[in-house]
Amino acid sequence: MSLAESSVSVFTDEEEEESSSSFHGRYTLWIKEALDELPHNFTITDPFLSGHPIVFASLGFLQMTGYSREEVIGRNGKFFQGPKTNRRSIMEIREAIREERSVQVSLLNYRKSGSPFWMLFHMTPVFGRDDGKVINFVAVQVPISGRGHHRKVRIGSGFSGDVSLDHSELVFGSCRREVCFGSFVHQDPALPVECDGDDDDDEQGLEDWEHCEASESEKLKAAEAINTVLSTLTRYSELNGALVCGKRCCFRGADCLSSSLVISLGRIKQSFVLTNPCLPDMPIIYASDAFLTLTGYKRQEVLGQNCRFLSGVDTDSSVLYEMKECILKGQSCTVQILNYRKDKSTFWNLLHISPVRNASGKTAYFVGVQVEESCRNTENNELRPETRQLSVVGAVRVAVRSLSMVTC
Amino acid sequence: MLKIKRVPTVVSNYQKDEAADESVGCGRNCLGACCINGARLPLYACKNLEKSREKLVISHEAKEPPVAFLESLVLGEWEDRFQRGLFRYDVTACETKVIPGKYGFVAQLNEGRHLKKRPTEFRVDKVLQSFDGSKFNFTKVGQEELLFQFEAGEDDQVQFFPCMPLDPENSPSVVAINVSPIEYGHVLLIPRVLDCLPQKIDHKSLLLAVHMAAEAANPYFRLGYNSLGAFATINHLHFQAYYLAMPFPLERAPSKKMITTASGVKISELLNYPVRSLLFEGGSSMQDLSDTVSDACVCLQNNNIPFNILIADCGRQIFVMPQCYAEKQALGEVSPEVLETQVNPAVWEISGHMVLKRKEDYEGASEENAWRLLEEASLSEERFKEVNALIFEAIGCSDQEEDHEGTVVHQQSPNGGVVNQNSNRIHGGVITNGTAAECIVLQ
Ligand SMILES: Cc1cc2nc3c(=O)[nH]c(=O)nc-3n(C[C@H](O)[C@H](O)[C@H](O)COP(=O)(O)O)c2cc1C
Ligand SMILES: [Zn+2]
Repeated sequence: MSLAESSVSVFTDEEEEESSSSFHGRYTLWIKEALDELPHNFTITDPFLSGHPIVFASLGFLQMTGYSREEVIGRNGKFFQGPKTNRRSIMEIREAIREERSVQVSLLNYRKSGSPFWMLFHMTPVFGRDDGKVINFVAVQVPISGRGHHRKVRIGSGFSGDVSLDHSELVFGSCRREVCFGSFVHQDPALPVECDGDDDDDEQGLEDWEHCEASESEKLKAAEAINTVLSTLTRYSELNGALVCGKRCCFRGADCLSSSLVISLGRIKQSFVLTNPCLPDMPIIYASDAFLTLTGYKRQEVLGQNCRFLSGVDTDSSVLYEMKECILKGQSCTVQILNYRKDKSTFWNLLHISPVRNASGKTAYFVGVQVEESCRNTENNELRPETRQLSVVGAVRVAVRSLSMVTC
Repeated sequence: MLKIKRVPTVVSNYQKDEAADESVGCGRNCLGACCINGARLPLYACKNLEKSREKLVISHEAKEPPVAFLESLVLGEWEDRFQRGLFRYDVTACETKVIPGKYGFVAQLNEGRHLKKRPTEFRVDKVLQSFDGSKFNFTKVGQEELLFQFEAGEDDQVQFFPCMPLDPENSPSVVAINVSPIEYGHVLLIPRVLDCLPQKIDHKSLLLAVHMAAEAANPYFRLGYNSLGAFATINHLHFQAYYLAMPFPLERAPSKKMITTASGVKISELLNYPVRSLLFEGGSSMQDLSDTVSDACVCLQNNNIPFNILIADCGRQIFVMPQCYAEKQALGEVSPEVLETQVNPAVWEISGHMVLKRKEDYEGASEENAWRLLEEASLSEERFKEVNALIFEAIGCSDQEEDHEGTVVHQQSPNGGVVNQNSNRIHGGVITNGTAAECIVLQ
């Protein structure tokens, strides 16, 4: 995937406001100033915003990457990856985010100038103390000094061998636990190979290293930096009463979605809502950005509400009845219904509703996908609106099913 | 001749009536000459990956596409067929769990997949068999089971035509549903469907599959391939794909680099995984990577070694798993407990996604059971080394003694890469003495 594709566009004004309020809602006013005081390179993301963007970047981080704050805020962290970025490290980060746990890996990133650099990436979730829900992720980036790089050795013509293992912990045989679960401490290779080349070409040859192991002191430094950022966040949430902490203190409530589900749903750019049939009156528990744009409501105004606020005096009650029947029977349906925006203006909504099962095969949610009738005419090189609408249902099914497979 | 009995998977609703006659307008709206005239399907021509690759380096303007285009097409069309009731069962109603333990095997209870089918005999000792038009093949599927045409485009932009005639002259590659899905979005990619190619890897077709993985742009959408003898049930060239939004144990397995080819493709062996496998990645272009894997697979085919392929990480990582389960099964060498589960270790099972047919197997699913099953499919260490030597020779890396621990033993074989098997036969080898020659297909 190209960098161009992988980066979200920087925030629009509206999103900017949402990002800054999401940050300030949790923490007190001076949180950004307090974080600016810290010397470390770090970023903070918000999994509940679409695209899982960075909402804070430290001065050290900006200096390291050569970007301005405006260029970084609103982007997903993968913005800094490029062709030589180690795929395995990306997989480990992706899985840590999905499982809402910490990870520490070596990672190759690119500066604004296009030059690559190795760093030790240490990421951890930040939990709300009351609801056990992930609020943010914090990542610290410690540049790796260059000692202990594993350099490719040229042998013969055209082929190269690697004197190191891809994953140094393998030297110890079965250390899968360390790779995949919890403890993220990588161990030093038993047979450290140091091929100190000319210091001058160090920088240039950097990207040729397939793996770059951080030193013990760099690992320590990353862990310490994480702790400092966490305690700052804790302090500034305490004053606000909405405490956060680095360890999950209680289990996530049944009515709140996991951050990983929200990240997956956030990739879907069309208008849709999820409702929970197990809660009284089937309230909305997720609303996409496009839904908010379409209807003119704010997220907090719709979460917890039944969808009926969309209908009004001129809405055909037989259509409402038809929908209700389908929902009761657990069937999908497509209807055309007159809906009202917040400003009371109306639109014809081509609405599709489907039950969505979790990994145990039980209906966990209903998804409702809205297509505005007036937007139905498509260019002849686009997907049919019906296909696009059903693709939302499919994407929701995949996300809900896969993310409920883990029973932890 | 080695044969096993197994229940064939029904991939199309038209598979049951094997011998249905095909007179004019067979009434099934199939892909045969009887029905193809006037048939239309969306056409997705992906962007030229070699061209667009140059733009990999920093260009910040473009927006992230709203759920990638190809993904919307696959999911939207699949859901449409789902709601039209074309599948044999609702796969989202099949219970699935991650098996506790450190590897993260995934188990699915699927009682519906194998119902109502009598076991059929499969010949498992020939990886290459010629196409047999009298058997079920994908020209016999109903057009409603097709989702779209897929082609590797020349442009550096995706091209999409919502309604394009199927051109029999051009033999389009098509994506069809598998009516017995093992996960949501389970589809088949059938390269040049009307050319009736047998199940056999060629460079162009594998590249098409890699393109599809890249275009889908979702690391949780992988493509898989089963050779004959490694649990392909239909001898008509096809790849499979579906969505499972979690890593496969195979993808998580640590690996150790063996060699890097001249074009920069890195080949590693998986460590600490029950099935000895190779991982191909890198290379200066997607085509380099794909071609290297094709070379390896052609070598396996020509040496009559059954294998599976998993195309993962949006086409960046390709796993090749030579295997010998069916052969052992035919020889009665698979342990009875493993056999009893009736799980066939095809590409998905080998990757760590176990589809179980019996409730008791699902409930009792453990890492040890999964491991034991997969272990049966793996080549022995010795045989794996021999096979690697064959592969390295085929891709022109055989004189490369890269491995510093010296674990790879190369044997220069005088007769052009076919290892002489006369003495003790090792599992996964050329199965019947003297038949190797008839399997070598000159291209
Ligand atoms: C707090 C945080 C900061 C991140 N910072 C970076 C970063 O600086 N560089 C990077 O390459 N990836 C970074 N990532 C990782 C990517 O955002 C992304 O999660 C990763 O590429 C794997 O997911 P993907 O499959 O969406 O690419 C960060 C993630 C989080 C949660
Ligand atoms: Zn026909």
